[in-house]
Amino acid sequence: MTATLERVDVRRTAPAKGRSRARARNRFTVLAFMAPAIIGFVLFFGYPLIATVIFSFTKYDLINPPEFIGLGNYTFMWGDKLFWTSIENTLWFVVVVTIARTVFALGVASVIARLKSGVGLIRTLCYLPSLAPPVAATLVFFMVLRPNGGPLNKVLDFFGVDSPLWFSDPSWAKPGVTAIMMWVCGDLMIIMLAAILDVPQEQYEAAELDGAGPIRRWWHITLPTISPVLLFGIVNSIILALQLFTQAIVAGSAATGSADPTGSTKNLGYPQNSLLTFPTFLYQTGFRYFDMGYAAAMATVLFVISFAVTIVLVNKMRKSSHAEEGGPGA
Amino acid sequence: MRKTTRAALLCVAAALSLTACAAGKGGGSNSGAAAAPGKDDKITLTVWSNYSDREYEEVTKALNSFKKKYPNIEIKHEGAQDDDKITAGIRSGNPPDVAMSFTTDNIGSFCSTGAFQELKPYIDRDKPPMDQINEAVRSYTEYKGNRCAMPMLTDIYGLYFNTDMLSAAGLTKPPSTISELLDYAKKTTKKAADGSIEVAGFLPTMMFYNNRPQIWAPFFGAEWDKDGKSALASSPGWTEMFKFQKDLVDFYGYDALERFRAGLGQEYSADHAFHQGKIAMMMDGEYRTAFLKAQAPNIKFGTAPFPVLDSKKSELQGVGFTTGTIMGIPKGAKNPGAAWELIKHMTFDKETIVSLANGIKNVPSTKESLSDPNLQVDEQFKTFIDLAKSGKLKGNPVTPIGDAHIKAVGDYATEWQSGKSTDLAAGLKGVDQQIDDQIAKAGK
Repeated sequence: MTATLERVDVRRTAPAKGRSRARARNRFTVLAFMAPAIIGFVLFFGYPLIATVIFSFTKYDLINPPEFIGLGNYTFMWGDKLFWTSIENTLWFVVVVTIARTVFALGVASVIARLKSGVGLIRTLCYLPSLAPPVAATLVFFMVLRPNGGPLNKVLDFFGVDSPLWFSDPSWAKPGVTAIMMWVCGDLMIIMLAAILDVPQEQYEAAELDGAGPIRRWWHITLPTISPVLLFGIVNSIILALQLFTQAIVAGSAATGSADPTGSTKNLGYPQNSLLTFPTFLYQTGFRYFDMGYAAAMATVLFVISFAVTIVLVNKMRKSSHAEEGGPGA
Repeated sequence: MRKTTRAALLCVAAALSLTACAAGKGGGSNSGAAAAPGKDDKITLTVWSNYSDREYEEVTKALNSFKKKYPNIEIKHEGAQDDDKITAGIRSGNPPDVAMSFTTDNIGSFCSTGAFQELKPYIDRDKPPMDQINEAVRSYTEYKGNRCAMPMLTDIYGLYFNTDMLSAAGLTKPPSTISELLDYAKKTTKKAADGSIEVAGFLPTMMFYNNRPQIWAPFFGAEWDKDGKSALASSPGWTEMFKFQKDLVDFYGYDALERFRAGLGQEYSADHAFHQGKIAMMMDGEYRTAFLKAQAPNIKFGTAPFPVLDSKKSELQGVGFTTGTIMGIPKGAKNPGAAWELIKHMTFDKETIVSLANGIKNVPSTKESLSDPNLQVDEQFKTFIDLAKSGKLKGNPVTPIGDAHIKAVGDYATEWQSGKSTDLAAGLKGVDQQIDDQIAKAGK
């Protein structure tokens, strides 16, 4: 049974006088229903977005009215070493955290999906870390990975492996933060688990009859079926990596022996600016150095990059869903 | 299409006008001195500071001593308020009446932006004894002649040494020059058979604990600027400082040093390396004396002025680095007249200063309170009192770019100590350029 909806053409059916009134009423009704969303969008997204772009062309110290300086902030950005370092670091996190987090969450979900007993307990245990506040989670990791006396490094030392310096070594600080991000990926793991459990059993049975082993079944059935969820996981992880802030600040601060877990400007990015992420640098510029104009310019650049990445991914998502439905892209 | 364009333009115009309104907001202006409160005015003064726990209680007690002069004024002291919150308060038009900042890093920004009101009209009117405040302390509470803050006690930095460790190495007095410090550091260091460090004589790692460029610089005669430009490359003190640091890093071996350092406790915890007997000497402020007595009563320690560069010994002997808490009246404060009276009280009232200095073990910020018989001065604390009296204190370099200049030097120092950068002269020139560019951009 199929139900079809027919659009009623008001121009043909209604008399001329009542047509415009009906149309106006119709528009008003639609607008009234959309109003809360429109107001929210304009107030909390539209206005800040446009204001940020406008501020990016000004010198603005948060206290006094902004002063128009044209492209000054953007030209300064071009020669700003720290700006490029922060871009480089964030891109590193976007690539590595996205891959690591998605693969790890998928791996854990795939294992849990095959478990016969204790599923509830293990699922809960794997999900729990994602509830830990980022500051606490980072400090716990800092203690666990501590080179001199930390539990993990004691184990490594026992096996004669030279333990890394983690948050004190610029080449290990980013992997250290990535490990934290993997540990707290329980939310993504749960979504992936739900997607895996949603794959129709008949497909597995048919493939098994055709002689497909577990790896082939996973590759040819599970993976294509959960691909929209996988793509969601990738987009979600990219956004998370682009916004990486708390973990970078806390880890760097703790590594300098600072008593201030929320970080001090002097320690942002420690060691050797390896943890100076784009949001960290933006925050420092805007709120610690009182240079909101420059921070707004950076935020605009971040927005453009995120927007471009989102468009590419959404297009990819559309294509993949077309392919799944047997559309032109198939 | 036309409709869409029109709607978009309308949105931009609306955002522009909203932005202009929001940006212009920020409270009242500060033209002239506000009148002092009358004896019958019922006022509640809000004070924001970043103090917590025991120190918060002591500062609250000191603030309440103001009620002896003004019984009609209530003080509402809110702790755990850092500079970000103060700025947000000013921006939203709801600042406190008095803001206390833990760091002097932002004084350039506070003064140049008008975030803290100019105090000159009040000083001209009331003529408080400004000469009671040490010159270095006066300099870190103003920017380019605009005084927008007053000090509340000061911190002075010097050398801490573990007397048992020095004795065990056959050293009877603390080092007084950088070459002696290097020698002492090597003699008091203990390494295990595998080359790992068990005890470090002196930790040279920059940006760890109080190893900060601005704190070290005065002892090497390193100058921050010359003729309005950053002068790190042309000031020999910086080169000497970095060479000393690298010599000691190389003595330990960078990897061994980093492995040792990464296992040390946090700065204000009982696990601090000096409290645990893991380092023999260190740079720290006078407040450490109280921490050591409370958290590590078994550690026998002494204090001394930090060693100075050999070639400038006569010139630099007795020099000390100073910084401290600053107080200002934020733009838009509701009771600026009463706020000034409170700031004046906290800056100049001898009894309050001495009592607070005894309570939180900081150095008093006025000359008369330094010599007050009620000030509790033991052998270790005396070093810092003597430094305060020496007249050779150096304050934080004040710029309109917050602590960006300090971060630039610190970033380079961490590259230098790791061996990533080997051309010191070129590195310092690069730092100069970075600082100059940022100051030029700030344009204040």
